[in-house]
Amino acid sequence: MASIAVRARPHVAPRATSEPFLVKAVLVAVALAFLGLFLVVPLVAIFSEAFSKGGAPFVAALHEPMTLAALKLTLLAAGIAVPLNLVFGVAAAWAIAKFDFRGKSALVSLIDLPFGVSPVISGMIFILLFGRQGILGPLVQALDVKVVFAVPGIVLATVFVTFPFVARELIPLMQTDGTEEEEASRVLGASGWQMFWRVTVPNIKWGLLYGVILCNARAMGEFGAVSVVSGHIRGQTNTLPLHVEILYNEYHFQAAFAVASLLTLLALVTLVAKSLVEERGGPTSCQREEDQ
Amino acid sequence: MKITLEKPNVLPGFGLAMGFTLFYLALVVLVPLSTLFWKSATLGGGALWAAVTAPRVLASYKLTIGASLVAASLNAVFGMVVTWVLVRYRFPGRRLVDALVDFPFALPTAVAGITLTTLYAPNGWLGAPLEKLGIKAAFTPLGITLALTFIGLPFVVRTLQPVLELLDPEVEEAAASLGANRWQTILRVVLPTLFPAWLTGFAMAFARALGEYGSVVFIAGNMPMKTEITPLLIITKLEQYDYAGATAIAAVTLIFSFVLLVAINRFQSERARLGTTD
Repeated sequence: MASIAVRARPHVAPRATSEPFLVKAVLVAVALAFLGLFLVVPLVAIFSEAFSKGGAPFVAALHEPMTLAALKLTLLAAGIAVPLNLVFGVAAAWAIAKFDFRGKSALVSLIDLPFGVSPVISGMIFILLFGRQGILGPLVQALDVKVVFAVPGIVLATVFVTFPFVARELIPLMQTDGTEEEEASRVLGASGWQMFWRVTVPNIKWGLLYGVILCNARAMGEFGAVSVVSGHIRGQTNTLPLHVEILYNEYHFQAAFAVASLLTLLALVTLVAKSLVEERGGPTSCQREEDQ
Repeated sequence: MKITLEKPNVLPGFGLAMGFTLFYLALVVLVPLSTLFWKSATLGGGALWAAVTAPRVLASYKLTIGASLVAASLNAVFGMVVTWVLVRYRFPGRRLVDALVDFPFALPTAVAGITLTTLYAPNGWLGAPLEKLGIKAAFTPLGITLALTFIGLPFVVRTLQPVLELLDPEVEEAAASLGANRWQTILRVVLPTLFPAWLTGFAMAFARALGEYGSVVFIAGNMPMKTEITPLLIITKLEQYDYAGATAIAAVTLIFSFVLLVAINRFQSERARLGTTD
């Protein structure tokens, strides 16, 4: 009996649930070739073009006053859009994830709306609203503020296109967290804000960070919407992506790619941060399951 | 019927959070978007119809929809292979490759645009070999399709990946033990399970491609009737102060993508509902 038990090891034929080595190798090769062609080659090309004339022109392109002005405006637009959409995202996720009310799914769809709008249209609606022929055009002129083809228009367009990012990350996260921990803190005498800062925020911090990272990357990189409302006034209404366009169209290819490489670094940092957050977020959510 | 405990919610802040959410949503999204339809309404039916059916506009729809469909299909095929390889196989650099899939999401579209144009230009790294084969990529519909493939790349992978990861290996073992060969198992057991997510990823890549501007505008060539995409046509009309024409085209584009997105949402919630019943 014992010898039979030893021989009768569970044995699954490898062919039953996996593919032959050759098939595997071909599939891996196809996948890597596709990603290499579409992702790695462009990534290498950006830096290769940026440094095509060596290090000095690269640094010079970044130190150019117009580049610095564009960088400032990009930081300003992201600096306004990200906090606003962060506050909105937390408020929306709190209402949607922790309470039951009618029309919830409609509200979620409305929050997702800006993702479905072409960047060009996202910019255009602010021209229709605040432009000279716009609905609020007379009001804007009477108040003597410039919205379209000026900084406020760029900020508005940026806020619009980055609107859903934080809310979208937080809603599913807060839904899975449930309401028990918050209820417990209330029963134990915490005030509303104490509960929020000491129970809710620690639970959602990684999702919050991820949402902010994505929101920021889009805010700094947005092109279409900002391009429509900007008017391309150098040194005044040029963001970094618009500056890249201008340099490129004027055949300053190396300078265009030098500035582009800066934006590419931002994208790579975003990807690294995303991987780190996912790693951090992983163990805590497992722990949460263990606790239950 | 969904069963909800009708208990009074003891958590605070609903009024404040909901109030701010609705106020901010209206201010930032709903009011600005509604101007599009308000402006279209002032045009009148005849002018509206003429604006959206002009030959140059129709040509741009054809190009945009056609290139977006081809790009989304390419991503559907290669996205499936990439997802399969990332989830099922272990090879050096797999995690790096996995992280890199999101690159098109993170890269500003203008950067993607100038990079792809430089690569596929007749003297570029990829354009030169293609030129020898007699294929022109930059400034042709092929270039537009390549750019749209780039920006749509993550959608199929990222919608398929969680589904394939959750697919219970026992299902495949059961199929194998019942006598199916590997090919039959994949064709009749694995792919049907993945199909809804696959379709969703395809539709999302398609929807994104329809409105895409930054990554396409450099490589497109922008010749009216030939290589002019719809979003560019909207900008051209805006720059000529033809707000009525721009608005009409924008409204058509917007309605088309909303219908697509509503269909995706319906499909997904249907899938979620069916998923929770067993």
